[in-house]
Amino acid sequence: MVQNNPKTMAEKIIQAHTEKASVIRGDLVDANVDLVLANDITAPLAIEEFTRLGVEGVFDRERIALVPDHFAPNKDIKAAEQCKTMRRFAHEQGISNYFEVGRAGIEHVLLPEKGLVLPGDLAVGADSHTCTYGALGAFATGMGSTDIAVAMATGRVWLRVPESLKVIYHGERRRWVGGKDLILYAIGLIGVDGARYQAMEFTGPTIADLPMDGRFTMANMAIEAGAKAGLFAVDDVTLDYVRGRSGREHSIYASDPNATYSRIVEIDVSKVEPQVAFPHLPSNSRPLSEVGEVTIDQAVIGSCTNGRWSDLVEAAEVLRSRAVHPHVRCIIIPGTQSIYARAAREGLLDAFVEAGAFVSAPTCGPCLGGYMGVLAAGERCISTTNRNFVGRMGHPDSSVYLCGPAVAAASAILGRIGGPGELGLA
Amino acid sequence: MRGYRITGDTYMAIRGKVWKYGDNVDTDAIIPARYLNTSSPEELARHCMEDIDSAFASDVTTGDIVVAGANFGCGSSREHAPVALKACGVSCVIAASFARIFYRNAINIGLPILECPEASADVRVREDLEVELDRGLIRNRSNGREYHAVPYPRFILDIIEAGGLVEYTRRRLAQSTAGG
Repeated sequence: MVQNNPKTMAEKIIQAHTEKASVIRGDLVDANVDLVLANDITAPLAIEEFTRLGVEGVFDRERIALVPDHFAPNKDIKAAEQCKTMRRFAHEQGISNYFEVGRAGIEHVLLPEKGLVLPGDLAVGADSHTCTYGALGAFATGMGSTDIAVAMATGRVWLRVPESLKVIYHGERRRWVGGKDLILYAIGLIGVDGARYQAMEFTGPTIADLPMDGRFTMANMAIEAGAKAGLFAVDDVTLDYVRGRSGREHSIYASDPNATYSRIVEIDVSKVEPQVAFPHLPSNSRPLSEVGEVTIDQAVIGSCTNGRWSDLVEAAEVLRSRAVHPHVRCIIIPGTQSIYARAAREGLLDAFVEAGAFVSAPTCGPCLGGYMGVLAAGERCISTTNRNFVGRMGHPDSSVYLCGPAVAAASAILGRIGGPGELGLA
Repeated sequence: MRGYRITGDTYMAIRGKVWKYGDNVDTDAIIPARYLNTSSPEELARHCMEDIDSAFASDVTTGDIVVAGANFGCGSSREHAPVALKACGVSCVIAASFARIFYRNAINIGLPILECPEASADVRVREDLEVELDRGLIRNRSNGREYHAVPYPRFILDIIEAGGLVEYTRRRLAQSTAGG
């Protein structure tokens, strides 16, 4: 019987959100969503389409999250107008999860922190990095503004149930190797469309030992391999994270042992060095030892990929009592207000400022070349963000190198791409 | 269905000269993020493809067809990317494959797209193409060759027929209201 076929967690979560007894990869389904997200760039277009739909109100005012983070605090008059459009809509519709500047942060760091996404959820967002929540064992995927308008109105989206690609990580992580290195390495192996239309499932003994923040980083970048979602099995690490964050119940779905995968990729982590992805694709990853001499003008530590607490702790380990290279601007951006506050309380902000870094409150800012660190022609930036496309952080002739927080911090001190090892940090 | 439904019974013929690009044309290339402080189609159109082809926005003419390699539209979820292409007058994008969010967005806003590795490999810049969307037929008027695109699933065709996701959803909502 079809019902007894082994299934992946992607299939199980989607099935649980439909009225169907069984769904399988390739099926087109209409699914109920638990959470719908938009930000200051994508919400205005979604609101326009929502109005065209001619419905009275949103499907559920508690299941929509609106976060001004991309060009907020307002970077210019047009951005201010966009934020205003979203703010007005949130107030008119009585959206309870509208997060104002000063009480917000970067959407994909903020929403899990607020307990708005839980294991087993189906979440959609008008932002490609919505796949971040797969770290919690939720099926979360990015869509455009029109899809999100329809989801806000109806609480439903159409989905093609994806095939799954499994990545198995074995072996112990070397010092300074974190979630960012594990995902950059995998994208380097399979390419920027290696998981196109598929769900990536991150498994193996290394993952069991990986803290929650590293899992968020990995799920976040599943889209950079073209994936629809990046999923982790729910374990004690997940449950410890979600405990106390929400009054809502959650469900745990695990892939069956003999579920069907389009591809299985095995990675021996003990051989993986810290990674650096060269311009202009996230798949151009190289081990740190093969980077060569690359001088930099700027280092960015932050974003929905690496703006979490443990990312800042790692950066502080490297930057504390050292000095940012005279030719480098080092920009550090905590992901949310609560991370920012904790960094102040625990002395991280002091360490950064004393090292000569610029520290900002939460915003997406430079990651997408918005503001707060836009690059000039010919400039090179080492960055913990997620994309290094042509012109991503500014001028089309500038370049972005992607890495984890330790390498970004060490490079800021060295004035060229390098690791903490060169600073005598074991 | 001869061309692409714009509104009501107005169809747009899909015929024009080719703009050719390679693999992994990302959404930052289609419309750089620095211009996302607006969602005005006309303003976005002025900067379309700017960082990889500075001639595109000024020289593209209505009906022109973009032909690209694999994974077209990878990267961000910004619907501004297909909106910008459409506002430039691009009548169709043909690629060896599309990134999934771009695929959804294009269908949803009514920018015709076709997946056709054969055409992607064979067609050259400035050739003259004609597309019959419902049959997935691409005709190269410069050399007489024909290519067949991967057919749309029925459900996607329904959205296209309706003129985009908003109109499709409006109809469905009206039906469910009428049905009590």
